[in-house]
Amino acid sequence: MDTTFSRRSMRQSYDWWLVAFYLLLVFFGWINIYAAIHASEPASIIDWSTRSGKQMVWILTAFGLAGLILFLIPAKLWEGASIPLYAFVLVLLVAVIFLGVEVKGSRSWFAFGPVRFQPAEISKISTSLMLAFIMSRTNFKISDIKHFLLMGAVIAVPMLVIVAESETGSALVYVGFIFMLYREGLSGWFLVLIGMAILLFILTLTASPYVSILTLIGVLTFCNMLQSGRLLRWAGTCGLYILIMALLPWGLRTLAGALIPGAAFVQAEDPFVAETVLHASSWSFLLKINPLYILLGTSALFLPWYAWRSYREKNSFMSLSLVAFIAGVALVFSTQIIFEKVLQDHQRKRIEVLLGMKEDPSGVGYNVAQSMIAIGSGGLTGKGYLQGTQTSFGFVPEQSTDFIFCTVGEEWGFLGCVFVILLYVLMIWRIIHDAEHSRAHFTRIYGYCVACCLFMHLFINIGMTIGLMPVIGIPLPLMSYGGSSLWAFTVLIFIFIALDHEERKYF
Amino acid sequence: MALEKSHKLLIGLGVAAALLIGKLFVIQLVDDKYKINASNNSMLYDIIYPTRGVIYDRRGNILVGNKVAYDILVTPKEVQAFDTLMLADILNVEPDFIREKMAEYARNKRRIGYQSMVMIKQMPAETYMQFAEVQYKFPGFKGQVRSIRDYPFNAGGNLLGYVTEVDQDYLRRHPGEYRPGDYAGKTGIEAAREKELRGEKGYHIYLRNSHGQIEASYQDGEFDKEAVPGKDIITTIDADLQHYGQVLMQNKVGSVVAIEPKTGEILALVSSPGIDVDKLAEINKYYNQLVQDPYRPMNNRAVQGFYPPGSVFKLVNGLIGLQEGTLQSGSLFPCAHGYTLGDHRPGCHGHKSPINLDEAIMMSCNSYFTFALRDILESPKYADIGEAMDHWNAYVQSFGFGHKLGSDFPSETGGSIPSAKTYNRLYGKGWWKFPTIKSISIGQGEVTVTPMQIANLAATVANRGWYIIPHIVKESEGVEIEDKFKERQYTLVDTTQFKKVIHGMWMAVNGGPGSGGTATSVAVAGLDICGKTGTAQNPRGADNSVFICFAPKDNPKIAVAAYIENAGFGATWAAPIASLLVEKYLTGETNRPAMEQRILDGNLMSRVKKD
Repeated sequence: MDTTFSRRSMRQSYDWWLVAFYLLLVFFGWINIYAAIHASEPASIIDWSTRSGKQMVWILTAFGLAGLILFLIPAKLWEGASIPLYAFVLVLLVAVIFLGVEVKGSRSWFAFGPVRFQPAEISKISTSLMLAFIMSRTNFKISDIKHFLLMGAVIAVPMLVIVAESETGSALVYVGFIFMLYREGLSGWFLVLIGMAILLFILTLTASPYVSILTLIGVLTFCNMLQSGRLLRWAGTCGLYILIMALLPWGLRTLAGALIPGAAFVQAEDPFVAETVLHASSWSFLLKINPLYILLGTSALFLPWYAWRSYREKNSFMSLSLVAFIAGVALVFSTQIIFEKVLQDHQRKRIEVLLGMKEDPSGVGYNVAQSMIAIGSGGLTGKGYLQGTQTSFGFVPEQSTDFIFCTVGEEWGFLGCVFVILLYVLMIWRIIHDAEHSRAHFTRIYGYCVACCLFMHLFINIGMTIGLMPVIGIPLPLMSYGGSSLWAFTVLIFIFIALDHEERKYF
Repeated sequence: MALEKSHKLLIGLGVAAALLIGKLFVIQLVDDKYKINASNNSMLYDIIYPTRGVIYDRRGNILVGNKVAYDILVTPKEVQAFDTLMLADILNVEPDFIREKMAEYARNKRRIGYQSMVMIKQMPAETYMQFAEVQYKFPGFKGQVRSIRDYPFNAGGNLLGYVTEVDQDYLRRHPGEYRPGDYAGKTGIEAAREKELRGEKGYHIYLRNSHGQIEASYQDGEFDKEAVPGKDIITTIDADLQHYGQVLMQNKVGSVVAIEPKTGEILALVSSPGIDVDKLAEINKYYNQLVQDPYRPMNNRAVQGFYPPGSVFKLVNGLIGLQEGTLQSGSLFPCAHGYTLGDHRPGCHGHKSPINLDEAIMMSCNSYFTFALRDILESPKYADIGEAMDHWNAYVQSFGFGHKLGSDFPSETGGSIPSAKTYNRLYGKGWWKFPTIKSISIGQGEVTVTPMQIANLAATVANRGWYIIPHIVKESEGVEIEDKFKERQYTLVDTTQFKKVIHGMWMAVNGGPGSGGTATSVAVAGLDICGKTGTAQNPRGADNSVFICFAPKDNPKIAVAAYIENAGFGATWAAPIASLLVEKYLTGETNRPAMEQRILDGNLMSRVKKD
């Protein structure tokens, strides 16, 4: 009796771990903002005219919001408020395109005098609530195509509006909801599919369409055989085919080199010499063969056979992989068009710099190069608080907002970085843990949404500062300077803590 | 399933975190690259600028030297309250200029940090001395020595070229060679010989503390680098001749090019109107004015303008005819005030008929050379006129026409010489015959050339069949010139043929009054000038006046081409100018004051249509 009571009181309590992680991150972010600006705006950390002073105001008001959510607003309210809130934020998202002010080329900010806020930030909250609301209905089934489309629309509509605001970075965060969907029953092959699409895109840009399609064939046939457990047969047939095809371009070149005198000149691309050499040899057709056509031609031969087998064996996985193959080839051939026509100039440049296709130390590459220098120079333990030379002298741009992690890297070193990353990982882990333990589907799904948002921001932002991701301007949650972002993440997280608190009451 | 989906996601989270931490591990602990770069950021490289090489003429006169000027630098972080009026007075600027600059620095406070900004560029030494006396009153302000170009001789802005601060585009095209704020030669000799002239920058290395202030010299200057001064350039220019050419070409639009035939060395190259050397040192100040000038002084007409050569081109057609065997020096053709085949009759001057080659050159007979070119192009040797045309084109190209000569002027253009392809494109294959294209026989129509190319033609005839690519830099210690500037380029016409036209050229000048020679008015006793006049049609107004010549007839020392836009007959303006230059070069003085005065007084600017 006594033990039941004490456990009950524990459970009735809030998840103080989450609150502690939250406070640590916010505080650490604040002192690092001061470190980033103290050299150019020397003043006290609480001077209201500086960024660190302003951030303190944001933090204190965020605490107020958190208190409001935990103690005043009934947690049950959120579920019912999902639809109106979602609709309201959607209206704001569209309205900002027409009424907002332009900041760095994107129209995504409302300005009320000196105060500015970004609806895209609160849209994360409303979309998460809406997803949780729809997917927690008792008759909801992810495999039902109608339900699936409705759910897709809930994610896609705000995402597209945000793209229209030219805030592609913020829109990218919504891709993270795929992890929540996976938890809620979406096939793991969807994750593989998305990963594969990204891999094909990168391979086509950095290597060639040939390598891309060969990889596609390899992965698809391998997955098929893995599914039906015929690994050895795969190695004997498809593996052999892929090996031959991998050697084909090299083989053609070598053969041509041996048979055509002066074939090396053709590679020199002097059209006159090339003409002369080609006319001189009857083997010159070897040089005109594009191995890509051979690859496509031979693999197309197998298609009808595969289609027939998947029909006979009623193997839906196999027929889906056929569709995937065709879609994959289409993607490879449209990659160049997407890259050159769909993406905007600055986005293309960022990807080119990341993939090492172009060196650009003074332009786009500058940010990343300076950021990596700042972080790299921190070493194991860092240069000490306020002792950084890179971040404090303006070598790193956006040092208190998107690139705040540079200050951590330079002044606190590898240990500081690991500390920050661990805090985020623990926070996400704790949210997933709580979500898994809640009875209400609404709470569980909402919790996963929060975890996904945090993860995407964390990975994209830190990945960007250390050259793992292209430069995508989204803030580091809770640490970057800025009221919109801090408030939005505070509300996002504390709604979950409130919902979780509600769960604990029942036990 | 062996693992729950939530566990798989947590494993994924762990992998992603490991990825981030792994990369951090590499850049923070494994790879030293980033630490070295960080120290670059906190080491201050104070650049030492080398002095630019001096440009001399062929006799050792300085064409372009250096003089000292001072930049005033400001370090906004170190500036304290000061007397703006006093400073403005000393620096000889408006007080508002200083106020505006200081306000601008205050606005960009964060970006500037502890850096020094250049407030005033290229201040004369006298002004700087006044400032230096009271510098202690103005903390944060200091002077920096900088050498700027000085032009003791008016050798023409287009020829010398100018030096300016490099722009973004220039930096991109020369990766790693320049930094923003460096200067580089942009045109003329300054650009052509930039690599030698610029020298190598040096630097002092200083250390900054974590507040960005300079603390000390790095390793007592052990890694500092001295600047290497630029190499001097000796040009082929004769400063006196160049200057005289500039003076003669005042108030006229056109070019004069003088070449030493034996060596291909350019003795003078005038493009008028040009950039005044007084403006060269501060080109930025005048740049817009120069670009907007309707006479386009930035355009180096001598190597960039392409014009119809007019009658001077008859020499080329005559020589080709001789080589082909379709023309003998004794060949007689009639002239009934024009060649009468087809619809058009290119007019001719009144002279006797029929005439031979010598007389045709001397009198510049249009119909003679129309017949001569007809016989080349309709020669039974060739299957059709297309084949003949291409052979003709090859001959003309061998004289240096139709392509860039390859001189050391980077901005040189090549003009154009038609081929069968040209006319097939214009009229369609089989739809053109000799009468269609006959205007090329007298250097009109599709034939365009640069003044330097016709000067080169004069040199080629002077040498009896070969030329050396015209060039402007002499070989000297540390300055090499390309082998092509030492090799003879032979034309496809045998050297023996040349003397047959040279006599006609000699007669044109020295035939005496009443002989019918087109340039008898410019004959100078004892100089044996051989010349050929040209009067080229200009669709934009009056005819262009053209003259090429060389002297003396035997063992020629100088070849000159003068091309004056909208100036009328070749003999009226171009021939006197060219002959005065020849006289000046060969005798050191001129003894024809009346002619000289007429040229100096002549103002032909109003005849030229402006853009």
